[in-house]
Amino acid sequence: MNNVFVFCEIDEGKIADVSQELLTKGRSLANELKCSLEAVVIGSKLEGIENEIAPYGTDIIHVADDKRLEFYLTLPFTTIIVDLFKKQQPQIALFGATSVGRDLGPRVSSALKSGLTADCTSLVIGNHEDKKEGKVYENLLYQIRPAFGGNIIATIINPDCRPQMATVREGVMKKEIFNKNHKSKVVAIDVNKVVTDIDFAVEIIERHMEPRKIDIKGSQVIVSGGYGVGSRENFKLLYELAHVLGGEVGASRAAVDAGYADHARQVGQTGVTVRPKLYIACGISGQVQHTAGMEESAMIISINTDPTAPITKIADYNIIGDVGEVVPRLIEAYRKHSK
Amino acid sequence: MKGLKIIVLAKQVPDTRNVGKDAMKADGTVNRAALPAIFNPEDLNALEQALRIKDTYPGTTVTLLTMGPGRAAEIIREGMYRGADNGYLLTDRAFAGSDTLATSYAISCAIKKIDFDLIIAGRQAIDGDTAQVGPQVAEKLGLPQITYAEHINKIVKNRITIQRRLERGIETVTAPLPCLITVNATAPECRPRNAKQLMKFKHAKTVTELQSAVEDYYKLHEDRPYLRIPELSVIDVAADTNWLGLAGSPTKVKAIENVVFVAKDAKQLTADQKDLDWLMGELVANHTLG
Repeated sequence: MNNVFVFCEIDEGKIADVSQELLTKGRSLANELKCSLEAVVIGSKLEGIENEIAPYGTDIIHVADDKRLEFYLTLPFTTIIVDLFKKQQPQIALFGATSVGRDLGPRVSSALKSGLTADCTSLVIGNHEDKKEGKVYENLLYQIRPAFGGNIIATIINPDCRPQMATVREGVMKKEIFNKNHKSKVVAIDVNKVVTDIDFAVEIIERHMEPRKIDIKGSQVIVSGGYGVGSRENFKLLYELAHVLGGEVGASRAAVDAGYADHARQVGQTGVTVRPKLYIACGISGQVQHTAGMEESAMIISINTDPTAPITKIADYNIIGDVGEVVPRLIEAYRKHSK
Repeated sequence: MKGLKIIVLAKQVPDTRNVGKDAMKADGTVNRAALPAIFNPEDLNALEQALRIKDTYPGTTVTLLTMGPGRAAEIIREGMYRGADNGYLLTDRAFAGSDTLATSYAISCAIKKIDFDLIIAGRQAIDGDTAQVGPQVAEKLGLPQITYAEHINKIVKNRITIQRRLERGIETVTAPLPCLITVNATAPECRPRNAKQLMKFKHAKTVTELQSAVEDYYKLHEDRPYLRIPELSVIDVAADTNWLGLAGSPTKVKAIENVVFVAKDAKQLTADQKDLDWLMGELVANHTLG
């Protein structure tokens, strides 16, 4: 009872990256709260799935395995989670901010009449004093997220309702094996006892999933462009530089919205979060929605005509100049030194 | 097939792309009065889907439902100019400070007072980006939800076929009516205003607007009852105030931090080849590259 729960999402038969990241976070929260970490996984043909989860340090893994649950469906997944949470009374429940987690989380929160905070960038344990009520709450989950288009950072709490629920985007939390030989208790959920035919009112008739083509998260060097790059044509220079440096091309939301780059390359709050060794920001002003997705890069270089752009405050090197001039010169300079 | 009764959930949102200093109140909630207000972009995508159903199935009616302060009637008119038939403004001081759960409760109470076959909403609003209200309203009404819709393929024998956009592909599902659909920004853009609709609904107003208008529209509204935008209060929708506003919201804002960039010890370089050569030399030397 009153443990930390992580909803583990299945992606192509494996535990999704974001769930592994949340298990890592969940383990450290559980340690701090001196409680257990429990996982729940729903799907079909899940034999042995516990071996993928337990190394992250879970104490109990709840498994709902049924052939009707191969692909995510809102209603039966909600029914299973709500039933489990009513019995287990978690104090914290974490979901990936994926198309699944962002569909399931609100439905569960509504059914349990508990609060949910979307797209948290940080989760911390802390206390809260309600001066009006003269009440002190200990060990609440601070759910920290950018809000209002990224212009503010809000700390959200759920003082009275449980579970305290949050979704987190992939790549925001670090993933770390707790102990590769860690063993966890496995509890099978009796699916037929929980779900009813009404839960299968929505039917999937077709699925076309493509493997991830562009994945800039794994790249050690990212050359990223913003609206300041000016055109899709100018973006080609960024591809050249990225190619020469053995990296990938990223983009800000403004550049993606302007059609300069594909959404899959978008870095930031509504795109991917990256931590490369080197991040070169070309014509990116540095709105917090963007920097939230790249500020942990080991080294940041900004190329911008505006020496006062917000990005210059987080960059290690600021090149004041036009992207169209600077990028070809960087390519030339690199060729000189790499020989 | 006979026409459907569709409710489109829409929100007037502060344009978060243009935020000034007075945008936040001391209690951490948004000071909407200080910001330009727009029709939430994805709610326009939702409206377009509803209007397409109306094009395909004559006899369909499209009703907008929005919750907000008095000025939110602006987006109901905007929706009517683009083809909606009517709208309701859910407005009451008791709603102020509601989080997504309290908002969903209020909206679900209002929907229970309106006859419908289908509810369509935008995936999320740009002021919060939470994508929670759609699914929460569906749960409160006990309806199936289909999120991330991009295209409504067809409606046959009380089942609707919908194409959804997921991270890595598309999924086609069928759902029974009634249900709730949330629409993605990747769905087609909303059609522009229609001149005829604009003429027809130019003087559509709520009671509050009628009372404060400089000109006298009472006679006009008496002759043309469709110009009245009904306002719904907590009492009208029979909502329990314990579940509304700050008191009815499980989530509380503990702290708000305006985003301030912390200066780091940065080196400034020019676009000269000499500077750039030096930089690349450094990066290679310290193994950032290669």
